[in-house]
This record gives sequence, structure tokens and C-alpha cells, in this order.
Amino acid sequence: MDLTSLRALNIARKGRHAAVVVTDLDAGGERVILEGETVAGNLGDHVAEAFRSGKAAAVDVAGRHLFLNVYLPPPRIVVIGAVHISQALARMAPLVGYDLTIVDPRTAFATPERFADVDLVADWPEDVLGRRPLDAYTALVAVTHDPKIDDFPLMDALRRNCFYVGALGSRKTHAKRVERLCGQGLDESATARIAAPIGLDIGAATPQEIAVAILAQIVQAFRRRDTVTTA
Amino acid sequence: MSDLDPLDPLLIAEDWRSHGRFVAIATVIDTWGSAPRAAGSHLVIDHDGNFEGSVSGGCVEGAVIAEAQDVIATGHPKMLEFGVADETAWRVGLSCGGTIRVYVERLG
Repeated sequence: MDLTSLRALNIARKGRHAAVVVTDLDAGGERVILEGETVAGNLGDHVAEAFRSGKAAAVDVAGRHLFLNVYLPPPRIVVIGAVHISQALARMAPLVGYDLTIVDPRTAFATPERFADVDLVADWPEDVLGRRPLDAYTALVAVTHDPKIDDFPLMDALRRNCFYVGALGSRKTHAKRVERLCGQGLDESATARIAAPIGLDIGAATPQEIAVAILAQIVQAFRRRDTVTTA
Repeated sequence: MSDLDPLDPLLIAEDWRSHGRFVAIATVIDTWGSAPRAAGSHLVIDHDGNFEGSVSGGCVEGAVIAEAQDVIATGHPKMLEFGVADETAWRVGLSCGGTIRVYVERLG
């Protein structure tokens, strides 16, 4: 591999752009293709399939043995709410290689003491998500329990096709939430994408156990997604 | 904002090469049966045998690192195959019962 190709690939990956590298296994040499670039012919179909599935594959195109490697942006978790569950989640996410940001306008919760070494933004989600938009490789976790804080990012996450959208709250709380979101123009089928009550059902009781249940559900959503369509 | 793991093999390969070290990149091309690392996984190796990443669960890394020295020296890429049917693979111990192909190339 050329150092120039590797640099281009690493720049794309750092910028959260999906990329495919096509390597000629017989002749050597490679080509870096960014998502959105047009690739003609049969190779173009294979490249599109690689972006869609996220799976690397060896293929034959016009008698050439090619290897298509896919680099999707690492999943990112945006947590709305600097609560106890978020403290545990912030410690666990790096273990699985997921980036994590916590957003909470309540400065009593969003303190550097409670969240040392965490990307923490003490501001309203409306403002933060305008500057740092959600994308299809982001999971949105809303855990403040407060509609004033949670509702906007939940709607935004569904609109921007986040691969995971979860909200803390009982079935009763969630039913009221769905009613509110539909009242604000959201489709009822869209609200069905919200994972609520949040987390895999492992009987989690403590904030730390709930964080495990949430993280496991995020991994499941990412690994089992059929398609990732970029917003 | 970079989301990438500081131990990301491809970032390390770029860094090593930029500092004048000679580097090979090994990539899992296909897997059959049970294999711990999916196609596309990387192991990067320098000319002193330092390495980062993985192409298996630690079963064949030693053999890949040894072959990488040859690839670094000659500049010619190699396709390596490891599997239970293969004498070498048995020796290096791909005991999970899978078969993998690993492509090793020099970073130019």
C-alpha cells in the first residue's frame, strides 16, 4: 500500500467518512474510494454493496482478483443527560471503541468533577446538535427523564437516521412521550424505532447494570443493522 | 474530533512509516469456518518485529510477523493461507478449526 493512500484513508476515517479500499491482489496497488464517489460498472456495484453491508470481501471483476475493504466510522454515542447511568456508560464505551459525548444543560449535573476525561457539553441539545450534527453512525441515548431536554434530540435522532435511538422511562412514561412526539408531527412508525424501556432486558437494577444493558443494545443495533443510509 | 482508537493499527502504521520505520500491513482476506477476526482486520508489523492489531486470536500472528520481514525486505506482497488442513497452520496452531487467507504487503 502506498503511504499516500494510507494517509488519505486515515484522514477520511478521522473525519468520520466511510471509505472502501480496492486492492488488486495480483498486480498490487490500491484505490481509496470515499462514500458518495461514483464508481462505474461492475466494480461500482461491489463498492456500493460493501458500503451497504460494511463487510470486506474478495471479488473478481473482469478477470482481476480484487479485495474490497470497508472502513465505516466507529459508532459514536451521544448521551442526553449527565446522570448516574451516564457516568457508568462513559467509562464503558471506550472499552468497545465507541466514542461518547454527554450533553446536559443542567450545570449541577454536567460538572467536570463528575465526568473527568469525558467529552461533556453543558448546553442545550438544540444548540449542541446544531454544531455537531447526529449521523447514521451515531447512537442517541436520552436519559434525563425531562421532556424539555429529551424530546428535541429524540426527534432529531430519528430524522437523521441514527442507528440507535433509546429513551429512559417506563412503558407509561414512554406512551406519553410517543403522544407528545406525534403531536409535534412525528410519524407513529418513526417513534417505534425508539428503544424504550431502554436497554436489553437483562434484569438490570443499578445504574451500572443499566449502562451495560444500554451498551449491549447499542452493539446489537449496530451489528445487526441491515442498511445504513446516510442522512 | 477524532474518534479513532489510539491503538488503531492503520494510524500506527502511518506513524511508524512517517518516522522512517519500514512497515508491512497484513489483512485478513477471507475466512472459512470459525475464525476469530473478520475479513478486513489488520495486523501491522515493523522491520524490528514490533506489531499492533491482529489477524486471528493470536494463533498465526507469529508466522505472519516472520513472513512480513520478507515482504519488507523484497517489497513483494504475499498471500498466506492458514487452516487445519495445512501442515504449517497446524504447527502454528489455528486450533479453532477455521481457515484464513492473509495478504501481506509493504507500506510504500
